[in-house]
Amino acid sequence: MKRLIAAMAALAMLMPSCTAEEPVVAVVAHDFFAVSDEVIALFTEQTGIEVRILRGGDAGLIVNEAVLTAGNPVADVLFGVDNTLLSRALEADLFVRYESALIPQIPDEFELDPHVTPVDFGDVCLNYDKSAFGDELAAPATLEDLADPRYRGMLVVEDPSISSPGLAFMLATIARFGESGEYTWRDYWADLRANDVAIAPDWGTAYYGMFSGAGDGDRPIVVSYATSPAAEVIGAEPPIPETSTAVIRDGCFRQIEFAGILRGAKHPQNAELFLEFMLSIEFQEDVPGNMFVYPVRTDAELPAWFGDRPSEAPPGLSPEEIEANRDRWLTEWADVVLR
Amino acid sequence: MSRRTAIGLAVVPVLFLLAFFVWPVASILATGLVEEGGKAFTRVLTNERLLGVAWFTLWQAVVSTVLTVLVAMPATWVLARFDFRGRSLVRAVATVPFVLPTVVVGTAFLALVGPSGVLGVDLHGTVWAILGAHVFFNIAVVVRVVGGVWGHLDPRLEDAARSLGASPWQTFTRVTLPLLRPALAAASSIVFLFTLTSFGTVLILGGPRIATVEVEIYRRSALFLDLPAAAVLALLQMVGVVAALTAYSRYQERHTVEQTLRPVQETARRIQTGRERGLVAGILGGTGVIVIGPPLVLVWRSLTAGGGFGLQAYRALRSDALVPVGAAVGNSLGFAVAATLIALGVGLPAAVLIAARRGRISRWFDTLLMLPLGTSAVTIGFGFLIALDSPVDLRASRALVPIAHALVATPFVVRASVPVLRAVRGRLREAAATLGASPARTFREVDLPIVSRVAAVGAAFAFAVSLGEFGATIFLARPGGPTIPIAIYRFLGRPGVLNFGQAMALSVLLMAITAAAIMAVERARFPGPGAF
Repeated sequence: MKRLIAAMAALAMLMPSCTAEEPVVAVVAHDFFAVSDEVIALFTEQTGIEVRILRGGDAGLIVNEAVLTAGNPVADVLFGVDNTLLSRALEADLFVRYESALIPQIPDEFELDPHVTPVDFGDVCLNYDKSAFGDELAAPATLEDLADPRYRGMLVVEDPSISSPGLAFMLATIARFGESGEYTWRDYWADLRANDVAIAPDWGTAYYGMFSGAGDGDRPIVVSYATSPAAEVIGAEPPIPETSTAVIRDGCFRQIEFAGILRGAKHPQNAELFLEFMLSIEFQEDVPGNMFVYPVRTDAELPAWFGDRPSEAPPGLSPEEIEANRDRWLTEWADVVLR
Repeated sequence: MSRRTAIGLAVVPVLFLLAFFVWPVASILATGLVEEGGKAFTRVLTNERLLGVAWFTLWQAVVSTVLTVLVAMPATWVLARFDFRGRSLVRAVATVPFVLPTVVVGTAFLALVGPSGVLGVDLHGTVWAILGAHVFFNIAVVVRVVGGVWGHLDPRLEDAARSLGASPWQTFTRVTLPLLRPALAAASSIVFLFTLTSFGTVLILGGPRIATVEVEIYRRSALFLDLPAAAVLALLQMVGVVAALTAYSRYQERHTVEQTLRPVQETARRIQTGRERGLVAGILGGTGVIVIGPPLVLVWRSLTAGGGFGLQAYRALRSDALVPVGAAVGNSLGFAVAATLIALGVGLPAAVLIAARRGRISRWFDTLLMLPLGTSAVTIGFGFLIALDSPVDLRASRALVPIAHALVATPFVVRASVPVLRAVRGRLREAAATLGASPARTFREVDLPIVSRVAAVGAAFAFAVSLGEFGATIFLARPGGPTIPIAIYRFLGRPGVLNFGQAMALSVLLMAITAAAIMAVERARFPGPGAF
């Protein structure tokens, strides 16, 4: 009897090391993460690993959620942490270090930290509804224009404390107007408020709900992406010959989206395979059509309708600078705008 | 009851409260006071916007309470003083809003007065939508609590005043109102507490600019990750709640009115004149529109979402594109069953103990068990997240959701059980013993049926509470593991007619499941002096 128990105990101790990982990988992502079913099926075909995608709201929410449960995550991979949230995630020691073999295929400007793998990038820019502007009133060209009473009640932005494009736009205004001097970014937002800026909780509500160029909203200027006008054309039913919306290049902010293996993941090896897959040509070339952002790999071909990669990055702020000040900036923003 | 039995009964409830209430609250205290060396307090108390949030929270609660009482009093009077066919049905209908989950109330008001609402005014993001929802939600409290006393008031007192020459208004203000004052105070303080800690309704109807302290605790912690400030706000809120409760119990001690209560059958009279008939019909009709209108609009619009009449919105729920709806329904039901079992396991021994023993320890124990009710759900959820990482890391555990729900539901289980246990058990046991039953037989034939009946009422309460719980769940539900209220909130956060349609369809579904649970309560309820 004793020997039997000893044998069972020994067996039990050996068990974990001889069972391989379950063939699953859980990916927590923001609501706008999208990938073609065929591409996911390809991964399962190649590796035998089933992919479970858990969507948990906007990027800020999923990162905060992961920070609050750091070390004991619900998933193996987190996709959707961007350069505005990266330092918060790294400070919380959210990810284990992992460097893909495919990193040499990626421009250096995207490699911000060895704990995360860049997947895609896009510029957050102001978009406007072409039909709302013409001879009477020219489309706005600069950030300053938006504070001009002639453009009163036209702009809708996302709440930067919840929405990542909203945060990106706030950061663009900080990069542009600065924190000190005669006219700071806070003064700019006070002017926007006086000019009746609308605040939406997230990008979807702003773009499809309140923007006149893409939904039934009544505001002709919105914070969205540089690629949004192209997406409007491809998504149009029936097809339209040319874009009905356009981009204002002033006040853009570059967002790079990363994926990482969560510390404490139950399937770390599967997670590594999935990260490699996200950098594969198949996945990278699937990115523009699904998420309307640019793949980080320069050798990934873009669809013809998508337009070329933007040549140079707009002025920005470093992740460290953002992390050191973000909470204060958000509080100040709320104090100025939400009062 | 022996000392040993008493200790045995107390072990589980005490351990449960220590682990899942005292410890999280202590962690909040520590986070607020210790992190940043106490600077979080000054940071919060000198922030103009946060002070504005606190002030708004307070005044909207006061205004909501006053409005609720004013709107509910006429119907309360009619239901307490008149005997007519369908009275109990009308009373049951008036209770409907109160059992609706807050997320459903929020969705219903969006359907009513939101963008593209049926009333044609967009009150989303204004205080009016919030006040409206608060009144709608709390009418039942006044009807039940005040009506409960009013129905037992001796009408001869009023008759005496009238025959001495007092006008109806004088009779009301000089005779009836003073007698009702304790009940009014009780109802007002319940409404005040509910509206002070209102979360789901404000989150949904308030838009980005309006926030109560509850909403701000959520924003600070989940969105800004500013845990110290969230902790300070949670502490301020707790202080406010305790102050309100203390003021109320002081008031009750001083102003209790001695009076002879009459059975309801003797106080209500038939409608006599045509003028009375018109008055009663008008009051009940008006209140009925307020009470039934929003849920009806919700059902109607869920069926017409996306053009044409039909089940499009319900069918869309099966697509799973944004939120796995099937999983959400499964989660909600599973969590509700688990929460019910936990709440019974904790609440029933506590109720038996409180009912059997009188004296200081029992009262102290009773208060301890009620504390989670006075603590907001958001605070509980937030406390779980910051406290339960050691000694065992439970933060990512699915068990946290039903545990939090059980914590909210346990006071209801205790409140529903204690009066029944107290009222019935002693007398019946004595009778059984007098008639010669052995202790074992007394237990089997007296205690067991009563306890299981009480357990059924408590279970249905806990089940309904868990189904609708939102404030704690929003902190604790993991990505990929939403409950129905969380799924509704996610749909509301997405633009477009179809997402709103799905939110409404899911709300209707939740309303139906909750109604089924509540109907079970009404069936199992004891006839007699039940607690509210």
